[in-house]
Amino acid sequence: MEHLKEPLIELIRLAATNLPPDVEKALRQALEREEPGSAARGALETILKNVELARKRSTPICQDTGTPIFYVYHPEGWSTRKLRQVIEEAVAEATKRSYLRPNSVDSLTEKNTGNNLGDEHFPTIHFEEVDGDTLTVDLMLKGGGCENVGAQYSLPGRVGGGVPAGRDLEGVRRVVLDAVHKAQGQGCSPGILGVAIGGDRGSGYYASKEVLFNELDNPNPDPELEKLEERITEEANQLGIGPMGFGGNTTVLDTKITGLHRLPASFFVTVSYMCWAYRRRRMIWKDGTAVYK
Amino acid sequence: MKKVQIPISDDVVRSLKVGDPLALSGVMVTARDAGHKWLIDTFVTRKREPQGDDLEVYEALKKLLNGGVIYHCGPVVAGLDTREYRFVAAGPTTSIREEPYQGDIMRHFNVKGVIGKGGMGAKTLQACQEVPGLYLHAVGGAATWIAQTVKRVLGVYKLEFGVPEAFWVIEVEDFPVVVTMDANGNSLHAEIEARSAKVLENLLTGEKS
Repeated sequence: MEHLKEPLIELIRLAATNLPPDVEKALRQALEREEPGSAARGALETILKNVELARKRSTPICQDTGTPIFYVYHPEGWSTRKLRQVIEEAVAEATKRSYLRPNSVDSLTEKNTGNNLGDEHFPTIHFEEVDGDTLTVDLMLKGGGCENVGAQYSLPGRVGGGVPAGRDLEGVRRVVLDAVHKAQGQGCSPGILGVAIGGDRGSGYYASKEVLFNELDNPNPDPELEKLEERITEEANQLGIGPMGFGGNTTVLDTKITGLHRLPASFFVTVSYMCWAYRRRRMIWKDGTAVYK
Repeated sequence: MKKVQIPISDDVVRSLKVGDPLALSGVMVTARDAGHKWLIDTFVTRKREPQGDDLEVYEALKKLLNGGVIYHCGPVVAGLDTREYRFVAAGPTTSIREEPYQGDIMRHFNVKGVIGKGGMGAKTLQACQEVPGLYLHAVGGAATWIAQTVKRVLGVYKLEFGVPEAFWVIEVEDFPVVVTMDANGNSLHAEIEARSAKVLENLLTGEKS
């Protein structure tokens, strides 16, 4: 597995320093929607200059390089124990090279380990065995600001000033808008919403992050969810929170929703808020060569 | 964009208002959760006895923070091995976590400016009126861009808190911020929250599509 170390460091470097093209495009479109001379437009201009500079200099887009979250799709027979080991080595080396900030802190002693390695949950690695002989590694770097404004609702419930949210898509719409309002500019808006309907408390959060890997331009395979995604994005933007919470026309860039089977008794809606610095990359490893997307 | 030199005088603080874009130059200190808690517990409420180099660091920070600026930032720093520190990425972190501490720290040290993102609450706004001081919003996530304005890292205190949590003393030139809370009791964050709450109410109670 040692041969995977450098390609994995490159995956981390790309994720930390180079925004995916679909996200950059959405930010440019957002810029056009804001009033010339407004603080919102100024913020987006700075964001876009920062993105270009980070790419050119190969330095992190955001200083909070976040929790590294890996989704590993491996062929049959690969050792996940050894894969974990090489991923951890790559994370520690990427930290040394200043692609990542040392972010892993022991919750009890408050000591920073200095290398982004902690217990088996830091970095976060999900493994899944797949058909074929290709290894795919998806990486998301999720900063603390946006992670902190994520939310989970148990329906039926009430939101805003006591408005009921029922166990249906209308209830979903209501709680997601509530989450966007509560986040204000703190999650580094304009953000992207990853929403999971159903599941349990754990699987809901897992899926709400997983759905964020879908490219912004990809429509939802379920037409009803696609319609809901568009409506939530449009209505969230009516809130006028705007880039950084300065006010303005773009509060979220996009919404991604997925549905999970659930227990009859439970109806969770889980929202993962992703900041505009939507750092995700994919490495496809086949026949000894890495391709990055 | 108005140019403002650190330390900032009371007159300058009072003349600035919500919405003003500024370019800051001078020396500022980074501080986050561990730093704020340590300052409050050890020197403001005195819940804990100073130990190790605590008093030495306190004296140094007192000079830097008088009329000075606190930056809510956990930077990516290169040169840790050789102590030739260089800021690689240094955008603002979410400020609201410091809401329980910030006002008291501003009063204790005569801090004129707090830089962060996302805004702060009523306690800090009150301190901005009393000290007087300002809350200054930097663009969240724009870390490489902002790091360019950090000309030199002058030193670091409490590195044992970890790289993101240490007090980094930095010299900046034309550091870009927007005033979002001023010394006259105005807060852009409170305003936007109230305005968006009204829209939300309409969206929640509006007709189903």
